[in-house]
Order: sequence, then C-alpha cells, then structure tokens
Amino acid sequence: MDKSETQSTDSGLASAMEWIDKRFPASETFEYHMSRYYAPKNFNFWYYFGFLAMFVLVNQLVTGVWLTMNYVPSGDGAFASVEYIMRDVEYGWLMRYLHSTGASFFFVVVYLHMYRALRYGSYRGPRELLWLIGMAIFIALMAEGFFGYLLPWGNMSYWGAQVIVSLFGAIPYIGPDLMEWIRGDFLMSETTLNRFFALHVVALPLVLCILIFVHIVALHHVGSNNPDGIEIKKDKDENGVPRDGIPFHPYYTVHDIHAMVVFLFIFCAVVFFAPEMGGYFLEKPNFEMADPLKTPDHIAPVWYYTPFYAMLRAATFPLFGLSAKFWGFVVMIGAIVIPAALPWLDRSPVKSMRYKGSISRMMLTLFVISFLILGYLGTQAPSKAGTIAAQVCTAIYFAYFILMPWYTRVETTQPEPERVTV
Amino acid sequence: MKKVLLTLLVTLPVAAWSASASNWPMEEFEGDLQNLPSLQNGFKLYANYCLGCHGLQFQRYERTADDLGIPHDLAMKNLVFTDQKIGDLMTTSMPKEASKAWFGAAPPDLTMVTRVREPDWVYNYLKTFYVDENRPLGVNNKVFANVGMPNVLLDLQGVQREVCTDGVCDQLVLEAGTGAMTAAEFDSAIYDLTNFLYYVSEPARLERQRTGVFVLLFLIILGSFTYLLNREYWKDIEH
Repeated sequence: MDKSETQSTDSGLASAMEWIDKRFPASETFEYHMSRYYAPKNFNFWYYFGFLAMFVLVNQLVTGVWLTMNYVPSGDGAFASVEYIMRDVEYGWLMRYLHSTGASFFFVVVYLHMYRALRYGSYRGPRELLWLIGMAIFIALMAEGFFGYLLPWGNMSYWGAQVIVSLFGAIPYIGPDLMEWIRGDFLMSETTLNRFFALHVVALPLVLCILIFVHIVALHHVGSNNPDGIEIKKDKDENGVPRDGIPFHPYYTVHDIHAMVVFLFIFCAVVFFAPEMGGYFLEKPNFEMADPLKTPDHIAPVWYYTPFYAMLRAATFPLFGLSAKFWGFVVMIGAIVIPAALPWLDRSPVKSMRYKGSISRMMLTLFVISFLILGYLGTQAPSKAGTIAAQVCTAIYFAYFILMPWYTRVETTQPEPERVTV
Repeated sequence: MKKVLLTLLVTLPVAAWSASASNWPMEEFEGDLQNLPSLQNGFKLYANYCLGCHGLQFQRYERTADDLGIPHDLAMKNLVFTDQKIGDLMTTSMPKEASKAWFGAAPPDLTMVTRVREPDWVYNYLKTFYVDENRPLGVNNKVFANVGMPNVLLDLQGVQREVCTDGVCDQLVLEAGTGAMTAAEFDSAIYDLTNFLYYVSEPARLERQRTGVFVLLFLIILGSFTYLLNREYWKDIEH
C-alpha cells in the first residue's frame, strides 16, 4: 500500500491521532518505546523471558481479580470459598488453576530471565540500576508469592507461613515481638490471613507494577544488552540509528507473540492436565483446611523458594553466641540479596559469557547446578547427607559471587567483536 | 549441565510421591470418570454407608446428580436421606463434638480425601480392615494403623483376619461366606466408591481435560500462524 492511499483511507484516524497527540504524547510514547526503540538484532532464546514475565503478570492480575470476586478472607470462610470457586463458580476452576500455575511459572520465567543476565552480563554498566530495580522486583515477587500462599488457608499454607514467620523470631532481642507484630496475633490466625490478603491483592501488586514500569523505563533509556555483550549504540548510522539495531516493533513484537503462544502451550498443558504438578505446584496437605493442632509430616515451602530454604537449613551450628536458626536466616537473606552486588563484583573486561574465560563459565555452571540441587534438597525432609550436600552447594552459591572479583580478572578473555554476531 | 537438569527433572516427581507410603503393598487404582454406572454405584454406596458420618461439605447434591446423570427426583428419593434440598451441600448431621467422644477423633470430611492422600490409598484402606481384638472396636487397618473408624462395610465384605508367618503379618484372609458379597463383588464395590470420591475431589476434572484438548489444538493452529507472521517480518533482516 503506498502512502497517499493510506492517508486517504485513514484520514479520519490520522486526524483523531493528531487531536490526541496535541494533548497526550501517544504517538511519541509509542515510537520511543516500540517502533523507534532499537533493540539488537541478535537476541536469542534467552531474551524471551522478560516479555513472558510481563505476560504472566497480566495473567496473575486478571485471574486474581476474578478470584477475589468470590474469595472470602476469613478463617472460617477462606478454605471453603476456594472450593466454592473450584465447584460452584463458572470456570472458577480455570481461574484458580491459571492463577496457581501462573505463580509457579512466574518464577520459572523470572529465574530464566535472571540467568540470562548472568550469562550475558546484562547487569554490567550502564545497566546497574536496571539490575537493581530487577532485584527489587524479584524480592517483591517473593513476598507476593509468600502472602498469596497463605490465602487458600490449607494446612501447608498455614504451617509454611508459620515456619517462615517464625524465622524472624530468631533475630536477637526484637525477634519474638517482631514475629507477633507480623502475625498481628500470638499465632497464625484470621488476623494474619486478613493482612496477608490486603498485602497480596493491593499493596504488592501495586509495588510490582510500579517497579516493572520503572524497570522498563530504565531499560529503554540504556538500551538492551545482547548475547555478545557489546553496546550497539556505539555504532550508529547517519540517522542516529544503531547499525545493529532493529525497531522493537514490529520485529520483536512478532517474535514475542510467537514465543507467547509456545509458552501458552506449555503453560496450558500444565493448567489443564497437571495443575498439581505432582504436588509441586499445589501441595497435597493444602487440600486439607488449616489446622493449628495438626502439623503436616513434612513442611516444605513451594518449589520456587526451596533453594533458599535449603540454604537456611544448611546453617546447623551456632556462632558468636547466636543460634544456628539466626545464622540460617542470615544466610537465606544473604543469598537472596547478594546478586544485587553483581555489577560491582564482575571485573571482567568483557560482559558476555561468550568471551569470558573458562573459570567464569565453570563458576556459572557450578552455580546453576548447585542452585538446582539446593532446590531439590529444600523439598526433602532433612537428612544428614542432605545437609552436607546443602552446605557444599551453599558454599558454591556464595563462592560464585564472592570470588567473582578475583576470577573475572585473572582469567584470559577473548576479544569482543566490533559488531554483533548473528 | 543439560544432563544434570534432565536427571533432576525426571527424578523430582518420583521423589515426591514416594513420601507417604505405608508398608502395606498397595494395589493400584486407576480412576475412570467416564464410567457413569461405577460413579452412580459409588454415590449410592457413599450415601448409604459413609455420609452418615463423613460429610462432603464442599460438594452439592445437585452438581453430583447432574454430573453423574442422575435425575433430580430419583436422587432426592434414593440418595438424600435427610430433609436437605437438591441444591444443598452434602454435609453430615453427625455432631462433631459427640463423634469425637465416640471414636476418639471426629470423622473427617472426605470431599478431598483423594487429593490429600492418593486414590490408591483410599482404595486399599477400605479393603484392609481386619479383626483385632486389642482395638476398642475390634478392628484394625493395614493402611491406616490403629484407625478409630469401625469397619462399616463388614456386612458386605465379611470377616477378614490377619495371617502371620514368623511374626510377619503381611497377609489378610477372608472367611468365606461371612459377607453379603463375593470378594470380586466387594472389590468392584470399593472401586466404585473410590472412583466416586475421586470424582468428588475435583468434579471439574473431566471438563478440564476436555477443554484442555481444544485449548492446545487451538494454540497449535494459532502458533503456526504466529510462526509464519514472524518469518514474514524477519525475512528481510540478516540474522
């Protein structure tokens, strides 16, 4: 279609757009963030997960709204209302499984999204703030998942939350009072449920949405990294367009739409055919109502927290007069926040794993393996061998970060290319 | 690294399932929600033998009758023994506190028993009551040791006794002619009852799977179009 034809057919639309643009930067914003946002043309598989995380967020928001319409946040009513949704609400089971499966998939895509950053050095300058905002999103997401997990008011919800809240009790002096303050009661109760509900459906979604907005603003300001870890903005043509960049829209929108459909296929396969995922997405004891007098045989958090839970349990000895439980808490919090230091720990002259040396590659591999093993150990009842394995893996997990300033400097790197490799 | 990942993915689910096993060699149970006669018979058995003590407090008569193909008036006449209405939840009228005093523990609600435990567990549990004079009610159970529940299906199954060899009691033997059903008939009845509970635990299961097939087929078709769309746009980009 040539230009004059477009104008004649779309003149009504064009003038409407003009009217809007005079009052609101609609076209400008679209161009800045989509049609004239130049992304490197060599994105690969690992670059889908940011978009997919946003897609899952939308799924969680939409299904969450519908669940809230029928959910009753009370000690007597919560569990029954979930079953009411599962049985008596039209397509309630679908909303519920989309939401519960979405929670697990949120963490799947976010972990893969974070792995991408480790692999290609996306946290390096000038993207330090982008990375820090991302870390804040990760922590907010963990909190969101934790608060949400109490809401079905099943027995694992109850005892899982009880275990996590009691961790705060290990903090010296203020611990017991802090615990009571978090619960709003002397034990997990309806009061706790009510406040977790408020935090889960209002406070944290709001925080998440704001942080994600800021994350994207920061991303579009500095520009996307790519598998080669080189800055495409250094090589621009006469129009100021990066030679290795292509407009995000339409090239990456069509890319992401296809990725979304592939993702949906896997996601829906779980939603429709294995929503419990063998007890990993929906744990068996959670089909029984919360009972303060009946502790489940084995309390394990949902799989996406288990790597950190395993590290918590790996601390088995007291130190400096403080209990092992307290140190476990410190190790767990440390493990969650230490990735925030990455931009300043990585001293390599190159960003991408493609050009880093063999030690970096080995450390990243060991890091991923130990994270997976920790995840597995966290689902299991504690055992002697398991604790030793968890201690070794915890050491590797922290070594990846703490030794990074050393190993990224001593290893031999390969030269980065001038232009992205496709 | 990929191998490690794969190994983990394969072994994880197995590890989770092995957790809640008892020593008794479990017979396998494969539910069949398409088998309406089985589900109807299970409903009948449940209403007659179980509902007096064990409610299904989240499930309604109406939904159950509809899903199982039972006309409402027939259900009201033959399956609802209280003054409840068709749209009511299938609660039990047994007082909780009193039943706790009678049995040591209040009979649990069974709406989701096959999700809390496995359907296999329920199937084997119902078949493994045996005479044990040391217990207050004269019976014990192989899958749930020292359970407080009496053997309510005794009349149907007959008297079952434990056989011990060298101190290992791993067999149950039925006294022939003591029950109203043959062993095969009883097995089939327990199958139906378990199948019914399997249905009640998630009444939308069949609809979920049916819908899922269409959703996945739709996504395959949509995916082939989005694939072509993507290819069309990217054909002029060197990559």
